[in-house]
Order: sequence, then structure tokens, then C-alpha cells
Amino acid sequence: MSAVTFTSAQGDAQALRGLDGGGGSGSSRGWGGPAPKRIVTGYGFWIFILSDMIMFAAFFATYAVLLGQTAGGPSGHDLFNLRNVAIETALLLASSFTCGLASIAADVRNKIWFQVAMAVTCALGLGFLAIEGREFADLVARGAGPTRSAFLSAFFTLVGCHGLHVSAGILWLLTMMAQVFAKGFREDIQRRILCFALFWHALDIIWIAVFTVVYLLGSAK
Amino acid sequence: MLGKLSWSAIPFDQPIPMIASGVVALAILAILAWVVVRGHLPYLWREWITSVDHKRIGVMYTLLAMVMLLRGFADAIMMRLQQSLAFQGQGFLPPEHYNQIFSAHGTIMIFFVAMPFMIGLMNFVVPLQLGVRDVAFPTLNSVGFWLTCTGALLVNISLVVGEFARTGWLPYPPLSELAYSPGVGVDYYLWSLEIAGVGTLVAGINLVTTVLKVRTKGMSYLRMPMFCWTTLATNLLIVAAFPILTATLAMLLLDRYLGFHFFTNEAGGNVMMFMNLIWAWGHPEVYILVLPAFGIFSEVISTFSGKPLFGYRSMVAATMAICILSFMVWLHHFFTMGAGADVNAIFGIATMIIAVPTGVKVFNWLFTMYGGKVRFQTPLLWSIGFMVTFIIGGMTGVLMAVPPVAFVLHNSLFLVAHFHNVIIGGVLFGAFAGYTYWFPKAFGFKLHEGLGRAAFWCWLVGFYVAFMPLYVLGLLGMTRRMQHYDVPQWHPWLIVAACGAGLIFCGIMLQIAQLVVSIRQREKLRDETGDPWDGRSLEWATASPPLAFNFAILPDVSGGDAYWALKYRDTEPSKSDEKPDYEAIEIPRNSATGFVCAFFATLMGFALIWHIWWLVAAGAVGAFATFVVFAWRDHVEDIIPADEVARIDLGNQARRRAVLGAGAAAR
Repeated sequence: MSAVTFTSAQGDAQALRGLDGGGGSGSSRGWGGPAPKRIVTGYGFWIFILSDMIMFAAFFATYAVLLGQTAGGPSGHDLFNLRNVAIETALLLASSFTCGLASIAADVRNKIWFQVAMAVTCALGLGFLAIEGREFADLVARGAGPTRSAFLSAFFTLVGCHGLHVSAGILWLLTMMAQVFAKGFREDIQRRILCFALFWHALDIIWIAVFTVVYLLGSAK
Repeated sequence: MLGKLSWSAIPFDQPIPMIASGVVALAILAILAWVVVRGHLPYLWREWITSVDHKRIGVMYTLLAMVMLLRGFADAIMMRLQQSLAFQGQGFLPPEHYNQIFSAHGTIMIFFVAMPFMIGLMNFVVPLQLGVRDVAFPTLNSVGFWLTCTGALLVNISLVVGEFARTGWLPYPPLSELAYSPGVGVDYYLWSLEIAGVGTLVAGINLVTTVLKVRTKGMSYLRMPMFCWTTLATNLLIVAAFPILTATLAMLLLDRYLGFHFFTNEAGGNVMMFMNLIWAWGHPEVYILVLPAFGIFSEVISTFSGKPLFGYRSMVAATMAICILSFMVWLHHFFTMGAGADVNAIFGIATMIIAVPTGVKVFNWLFTMYGGKVRFQTPLLWSIGFMVTFIIGGMTGVLMAVPPVAFVLHNSLFLVAHFHNVIIGGVLFGAFAGYTYWFPKAFGFKLHEGLGRAAFWCWLVGFYVAFMPLYVLGLLGMTRRMQHYDVPQWHPWLIVAACGAGLIFCGIMLQIAQLVVSIRQREKLRDETGDPWDGRSLEWATASPPLAFNFAILPDVSGGDAYWALKYRDTEPSKSDEKPDYEAIEIPRNSATGFVCAFFATLMGFALIWHIWWLVAAGAVGAFATFVVFAWRDHVEDIIPADEVARIDLGNQARRRAVLGAGAAAR
């Protein structure tokens, strides 16, 4: 990170121009030097998110392969309750919105609104987890737990992996609230807020895929 | 309280693991005692264990790889001995132990030798070549390294406590499922790779971001040294492939721990899905290993031929082509699965296509040497040995890309010979070339040339003697992983192969001797110039060993082979009298986060293997707390004031000028 001390004056504008860094301050040399920390951190976190999506892709592929392997047990059509899933989706999408509000509050360094928006995000996330937990418990109670068939193994793993991500996100969210409370909007904390927001929105994107591939397609006859 | 763990986990009745682990434990204790008694502990803690300097972390990665190479080679020589003795008999290793040895050999050599060696070299060299002061995420770098160590540690703990997997280096179900492998062996394998895999992913993200976002002024993509390009390709592959490994192993873990049915024979599980998933990671993994080696050879061959790399742009294109194609061939690892003739044909052709960019590279290296002033020093010897060996290995690979041939040779020693031919001849020779080439940069003195050459010849000849017989054995129908056999025609070839392993052993001993002798004669081998090989890229522009901040002033690059241009256009700062404008430099503070986090990860891994659930929870809480403590730090960077930078840099330049001046006078 030390490298970014170099030419911080021209870094921002150039790095925003994308991969090539543009032609930097009248220089015709192509690349204006190391990007500033905020860009580097955000970029690295994007790469992490892409790798995380590949992990989800593996679980999605597995789910697709095992979809029909119900071993005589229930299929998605017998199990899924679309009303619950609609509520889950609404909660998660709303939490993305409030997470966006928290980012704006962090940008203008408004502590109170930041904490309020984060708290609402947290509550919405917990609501999502509660419904998902109830769905899982209900399925297990009906004898449709993950050990029942390969299809249910894949279902619980894919959806549960997303749920684990949301749980980790909530732990992170609470840590960020505590950090802003204790330390204020320091530069490194701002960068962490940026990464957290990327993470939270990415979970939404993955949920959209889960919602479509698992629940909507799965509940069709 | 202790889950499945009890005294019976320690194999007191088996002399070989007990003696081996006893020796290792004694060696570790002796080293620890020496460190503590001589008072080196504070130094080690301050300067190495908590270091977030990419150079130190790179050196530690390489050291880990070299130590684990000894462990992996001990397994190898036991296997070669066993097979040379077990003709119409039982040899000296019982089957359950032999199976653990070949599994541990493969796992260790791939994950804890080849990977850390390459990641170590990339970590050390790439920021220097890019002309910057560190990687994108220094503390994360340390976390990645220590998590890799956790994985290595868990594999080695399995030697003493419990057992290792008996499933081969890839745990194919249903053999690896709980029903057929009820012990902790597969769990050791799975958890150590899950944890080390996180470390590798972190390293991959870090290096991709470094190459794409943290380069010095003027260092546009097509001015980067070739090694930076192959680093980019490799780490893109890590980022794209390792999550698949994580997911696949997680599914096997769920099968084993919670009774899921991903790969079981019951309830609709699909065994062949494991082969597809694991090789969707596994084939890119092959290129994750060999691409950095290609980069090293490019640097070495160009430097020791005194010429720019021939066909730089075609080399870049070939590297990126391999990067993409490597994801399109995974099915050739199981042509016999029964995917059908059409699918097999497509993957067979895709596999052969990869030989094209690889061939482009080989010709570029040859044309780089052609017409150059070639200096046959150790790094170049490894490179030439590589070219010859790798071409043979590549040809046998193309041979097996033909599905009907693969049906005949599948699972035979021909295959074993092929992948050792490319991994030893490609990856390991590359690692040794890079080790010899960049050692003076890391420590300020060269490695002993004579012993290096001797080690090279032992390795090269030993390799051919050890592995060419395996091709013959494969054609004679010998399958891999046999604990004993009754075919008299095989026996002489296996004795020859064991002799080859003996020659490689001599090579390794010579390398150890080389390191010891070089350290003892370091004053004689000292290099004051920072540029012992007449190098071309920016790592040679700074002192050896480089300063904590690498460059006092970040270089401004105006073309390829940046340092060569600086050197011979007479614009190097050390030759001008003008005093540069120094600025204060921030360097990230050392942090124990990586080490402490890995400590908790080790506890967690061990506890998961032995079902000690309270310890799992404690480890998880500890790891999270470590990160919170790290995030709460107020003082994250140290500042080196401008006059201190000036003092260090001017001193270095004066020393360098003196040496160069003396050299010029002597000429």
C-alpha cells in the first residue's frame, strides 16, 4: 500500500478512466503510476467478489445436475412456498436500498444516518435469515432434509451458502457500525464501508439467481 | 471433550512413521532451541513472522516450499524403493501405509512445494519488476502465507496423529466417502486444502490487483517484463479456478460430515460430477504451476543471451491464450468416463490446440538465444534442461490427448511419467532457475556456481533415469499406485527408476551443500552492484538486498526492458551528479494478524478433523477477534523521512559507483 504515496494528485482522475489509466497529465506514456488506495482496495474486492461468484457457479452447476435426483423423495414443486420466497426477496432488495443509503451517509460523513441505515439493513438481513431458517427447519421437520436426496443436498448447500454469506455480512455490518461509532469515518474505514457495500449488493445479485433458478424454475411442474 | 482423538491415534506400532516423525520433531525442537538460546526469537518475530514486506513473505514462501520438497521427496524415494523391492513380495511398506505415502507425495508436491515456490517467487519479484514499493495488500499477503503454512502443518501432523488419506492426491469418491474411508485421513486432506486454498486465493487476488493497478509511472501493459504477464495469467487462473476447488471439497466434506448425497452411490449422488468439478479446477491448476515457470525462463533466457526477448508480443498472446484454453480441456483427464466419442474428440482437439501457444513460446526462447552472447550459467542450464525435457513431456501429453490412446494408457505409469516430465521438467526446473537467478537479489550474494551446476546435472540425468523407465512400464501395462506386482518384465525397469531417484537425491544433497557453502563464503560471493547478471528489468535497478521500500524514487519507465534502457542510455541516477528530489515514504507497519489468524485456523482445522466442536468455535471466535483487533489499529503506517531516504539511497549509489568504477578501471 505504501506505493500509492506516489503522485496522489493525478492518481484519482486517471485510475477512474479505467484499465489503461489514460494518458495522464499531458504525458504520452500511457500509465500514470500506482492507483490510489481507494481504487486499489475496491478493485481487489471486486476480484474477490468475482471469485466468490465462481464458487456459487459451482454450486449452481451442481444443483442443475442433481435437480432431478430426488431419489423418490419430494421435488421443488412439492416443497417450495413462493409467498415466503417473495417476502425474502423483498427484504433483501430493501436491505440493498438501505445499504445504499448508508453508503451515501458515509460519503457525506453523517454518523447518525449511517448508523440508522446500517441498523435497518441489519434488521432486514436478520428478517431474511429468520424466514430462511424457518423454511429450512420446516423442510427438515417434514423429512425433506439435505440427507433425503441428492437434489435436497444440492438445494440446502446452494441456498445455505448464500445464507451463510448473509450471516457473515451481518457480522461484518455490526463490526462496521461499531468501528464508525468508535473511530469515525477514517479513510481506511471508508474503504471498508465501500467493500462491505459491494459485498452486500453482490449477495443480492446472487439471490436474484437463486430466486430464479431454484425457486421460480423449481416450483414449476 | 476431545472428540474422536485418543492415544490410539498415534501409530506407536508402526516404526516408519514413528521414526520419521521423531526425526522431524527432533529437528524442529533443535532449531527452536537454537533460535531461543541464541536470542534470535525477537528478531525472527519482528523482521520475519510479523513482516508484511512482500520480499520477506516471498522468501518465506520459497523456504516453505523447499522444506516441503524434502518431505515430498522422502515419500518419493520410499515409493521407488518399495516398487523396486516388491516384485513377488511385499516390499517394506504395508499397503495401507504405501497408499498414504503416494497420496501425501502428490498432495505435498503440488500444494506445498510447487504452489508456494511459484507464489513466493512472484511475491518477491513482481513488485520489484513493476517498479513499486509493495503488493496491493501487504497484510493480506501475510495472512495468505500463514494460511498456506497451516495447510502444510496439518498434512504433516497427520504423520503422527492419525493418518493421511489413502485415496491418491485427488480424493475420488466413492472411495473418499465415509463408507469406504471412515478414518480421519481424508478429513486431514480436505481441511488442510480448504485452509491453504483460502491462502492461495488471497495471494491470487493480491497479485492480480498488484499487476493491474499498482505499477510505476510509464509501466504500461506492453512494457511489463514477461514474468509479470505470466504472473497476471497465473493469478487470474487462481482467482477463477480455486473457488471451484473450495466448493468441490466443501461438498465432499458435507457428504462426510453431515450425510449429504453429492457424490455417494445412494440417493441420487453423482460420482462423475466430482471428476468434472475437480478437474475444472485441476487442469487450470496445471497452468497455474507452469505459467510462472514460463515467465522465469523468459527472463533468464533473455538475460543470459544479452538480448531482448524474441517475439515479446507473441509471447504475451500465447500466455493469455493458454490462460483461456486451460479452462476448456478438463475432460481429457477422464476420457474413459464414457462421455461419448464426440465429446472426447472435442476435448482431445482442444487439448492439442494448447500445444500451439506452448510451441510459440519454445520457438521464441530458441530465437532469443539465437545470435545472442549466451552465458551458460546455472539459471540458463536449468532453462535449457527445461526446454529439452518439457518438449518430451509435452509430446507425450499430445499423444495422450488422442482419446483411443488415452483408453490404452489411462491410469498407467505412462501417465505418471508424462506429468512428472512436465511438472519436474517445467515447474521445478523453473523454480530452481528462478531461485538461482533471484537469490543474489534477495540476499546480496550469489549461489555457488560449481555446486549449482553439479546439482543441475544430477537432477537432469536423475530425472531421465527415474522417469523414462516409467514410460516403458506404462506401455508394458503397469498401472499406477501398485504396492506389489508379479510381472518379471517390470522388475528391472523399476530398479533403474529407483537408481534415478537416487541420482535426484544426490542433486538435492548438492543443492543443500550449495546453500550452506554459499552462506559460508558469502563475502567472496557478494554482489555490491545489485545487478550481478547484467539484467534487463527493474528489480536489478535497486540494491541487493533491496531496501524495505524497494525504490527511493519510483522509476519512470519509457519502454520495455526498462533497466537495460536506463543502464545503457546513461540516465541511471547513480551516474548523474544531480541530487534527486527525495520524498518521505510511508511503509505499512508489521502485523501479527497473519500469524495469529493462521494459529486459530490450525486449531480450527485440527478440531474439525477430530470433531472437537468447542475448539472449532473457539478457533472461529479467535480468528474473527484477530481481524477486529487489526481493524482497530490507529497507527497503520510508519513514515521514513525524506532525509533518511536520501541518506540510504545516496550511500547505496556511492557503493555501487565505487564497484562499477573499479570494474571499469580493471577493464
